Amino acid sequence: MGLVADVQADGLAGLEHNFLTGRVEDLIRWARSHSSWPATFGLACCAIEMMATGGPHYDLARFGMEVFRASPRQADIMIVAGRVSQKMAPVLRQIYDQMMEPKWVISMGVCASSGGMFNNYALVQGVDTIVPVDVYAPGCPPGPETLLQAIVTLHELIETGEIMRRRQVTGAGAGVHLDPAQQSTSSPLTIGTR
Amino acid sequence: MSEADAPATDEAASAEESADAELVEALQQPELLHGVPVSYSRGQVVLHPSRAEYVALVSSLRELGYWMCVDLCGVDYLGYSSQRNLPDGISAERFEVVVGLLNHTERSRIRLRVQVPEKDAQLSTLFPLHPSTENPEREVFDMFGIRFEGHPDMTRILMPDEWVGHPLRKDYELGRIPVQFKGASTAR
Amino acid sequence: MTTTDLNTLNSALASLTADGSVLRLSETEAEQKSGYQAPTEEGLGERMIMNMGPQHPSTHGVLRLVLEMDGETITRSKPVIGYLHTGMEKTGEDLTYLQGATNVTRMDYAAPLFNELVFSLAVEELLGIEIPDRAQWIRMLMSELNRISSHLLFMATNGMDLGAVGMMLYGWREREEVLRFFEAVTGLRMNHNYIRPGGVAADLPGGWDEELSGILDIIPDRLAEFDLLMTGQPIWRDRLQGVGVITAEEALSLGATGPILRSTGSAWDLRRDQPYLKYDQVEFDVIVGSFGDCFDRYAIRLQEIRESIRIVRQIIDQMPEGDYRSQDKKVTPPPRARIDESMEALIHHFKIFTEGFKVPEGEVYVAVESPRGELGCYIVSDGSSKPFRMHIRGPSFVNLQTLPHLMKDSFLADTVAIISSVDPIMGEIDR
Repeated sequence: MGLVADVQADGLAGLEHNFLTGRVEDLIRWARSHSSWPATFGLACCAIEMMATGGPHYDLARFGMEVFRASPRQADIMIVAGRVSQKMAPVLRQIYDQMMEPKWVISMGVCASSGGMFNNYALVQGVDTIVPVDVYAPGCPPGPETLLQAIVTLHELIETGEIMRRRQVTGAGAGVHLDPAQQSTSSPLTIGTR
Repeated sequence: MSEADAPATDEAASAEESADAELVEALQQPELLHGVPVSYSRGQVVLHPSRAEYVALVSSLRELGYWMCVDLCGVDYLGYSSQRNLPDGISAERFEVVVGLLNHTERSRIRLRVQVPEKDAQLSTLFPLHPSTENPEREVFDMFGIRFEGHPDMTRILMPDEWVGHPLRKDYELGRIPVQFKGASTAR
Repeated sequence: MTTTDLNTLNSALASLTADGSVLRLSETEAEQKSGYQAPTEEGLGERMIMNMGPQHPSTHGVLRLVLEMDGETITRSKPVIGYLHTGMEKTGEDLTYLQGATNVTRMDYAAPLFNELVFSLAVEELLGIEIPDRAQWIRMLMSELNRISSHLLFMATNGMDLGAVGMMLYGWREREEVLRFFEAVTGLRMNHNYIRPGGVAADLPGGWDEELSGILDIIPDRLAEFDLLMTGQPIWRDRLQGVGVITAEEALSLGATGPILRSTGSAWDLRRDQPYLKYDQVEFDVIVGSFGDCFDRYAIRLQEIRESIRIVRQIIDQMPEGDYRSQDKKVTPPPRARIDESMEALIHHFKIFTEGFKVPEGEVYVAVESPRGELGCYIVSDGSSKPFRMHIRGPSFVNLQTLPHLMKDSFLADTVAIISSVDPIMGEIDR
């Protein structure tokens, strides 16, 4: 049947929407964005700020995210909070692989985004070398307001469907595009824009 | 009179000379504390045992009340451009193992600096006397490559097991990667 | 300070080194042996080797435990660390002394000002300079407030680990008050880079004493709420009393300091026994436990919050006027306003912030009492503007060695309580 084949091929985007199915897709995206559960991946100082964001002053529960699931099978978002060392990198990848689709990654803090102030042998210089990252939150550590901004950005991307559409095109996160041809010259990286 | 005086002054002179020689020799001996050379660094007492005297010294200090080994770390002096502040008689080697001991009753600390040569980077372990040195000695092995004989678990502790190289050595690079600024070079 | 003697110490040493509680397996061996172990000839029974971590919900960072278990009982264990190794000691050799505080502050990230303090004290010892009184009192104020915020973090995570999930929210509520004060004074909530060699980075803002008094009026009532929620509750007591017991001799042999050592009855606190800053001019008690169990460690930290509040009140009363940093031109940059007016000031500022100030050669070890124990800094200087070797003695790195001993012959369910009572911070363990 054409309908089933379309859904199998392209997911919800494959449906030719009529009034009813269009609303269902909006409902699903709304539900996904409003109750995305984070996986506990607090590594270092950023983990303390992440816990503060879950605390009463900043309150992640407003965004449906106060339940940090320890099991990656039950989590939607992996907030990589802190510096990723060489020993931790395979563990990070394993946890990411265990998460079910659809899944997203927020890289919290500069150490996770780019290695931060520790440009040395011990750290992975940016988790986007290991997992595809959707939103980067800069700061050392980013205050709870910055993390909330990152989360709200991600929620908006989920709700509009932008992020799922982009993933089908690029096969990766909504962040960095690394064009092999550009690496040989000294021009800067292209950052994906919304 | 002069003939009677001459032998007396000769003996006195030679006695004086030997006394002088003894004094000079005594002054050239390094000051000893607990049987090993000692130096003072910003008012802190630092002992310099040889590798052979090391464990016996820690044991005797433990009998004296230095019950806790608070810290054990390594230093790589490759490329050190100044004086090493070592007492006479201690030959400087590339590596040093620095041990800190604490005496709670007298509220005093003492530090030991043991010279470890590069070619034979080994030292006896303090684990039988101070189990608190288990992790620090593993860290010194991981970061500098100094093996501790008799340690129950001489493996890497901070780096992955299969890592090659000892990061805190001076000939190990920091591992900086080029930061991708437009047109900029990498050096800071 | 402690009434033990060498004989008791030697018998404790013998039992500790007899390879009873630490599981010594390499990673590959542990992988091969993981899972069910058939009964061996030595009559060890059926043992299983289980892996816990490095990613697990008990919020103590990336600590991995390899546990050898006989049913629910843990027979031997091994903490595996290194999952947060950041190469900070190597980075420290590449940064100037003025930049060094930004590096070390990220080691113990729950109490960052202590790292900065010990680093600055070590550098000042090498430099041989005196810090003005007001700077020392400000440092003491910020340290004690940081002790309060670190212990509140402990309360929150300890409560949550043991099931009092509401404690997580209460602990953070008070901690936010203190962090707000930090933000007003230092500009950052965490990792402040405020205590620098020479003094502190900026003076206290106007009205700080009223704001701080307000905070100090709120916290004791909230601590009474914690007592209501936890201290007197039978479930809390059953979960913590008698769990993870350590004696004074074992703690001394294993190098434990801080609340772990004090819970055994040994009254050792560097603030009183080897005072630094102006701790000899304020009155406070050293809190000591009697049984060496997890409950004692919890109670010690709760009481230490109250003692720190007492110290902070005395500091508010006794804070002197004066400079907030040393006026020694070799070390201290000029005030920012002068840079607009004077070329010499601009050059001076430039030299200090790019090249850095040179520190005379030598080596020194300085220790302070952080919320986790003795935090030490060993610096070797070769006369240049960067440390030749910088080593931080993290208290949790050494305290972690007590973990196999504490967990021996206890249940798996107590593991979380024990880890939480040791209060490790992986940043200073792995550095």
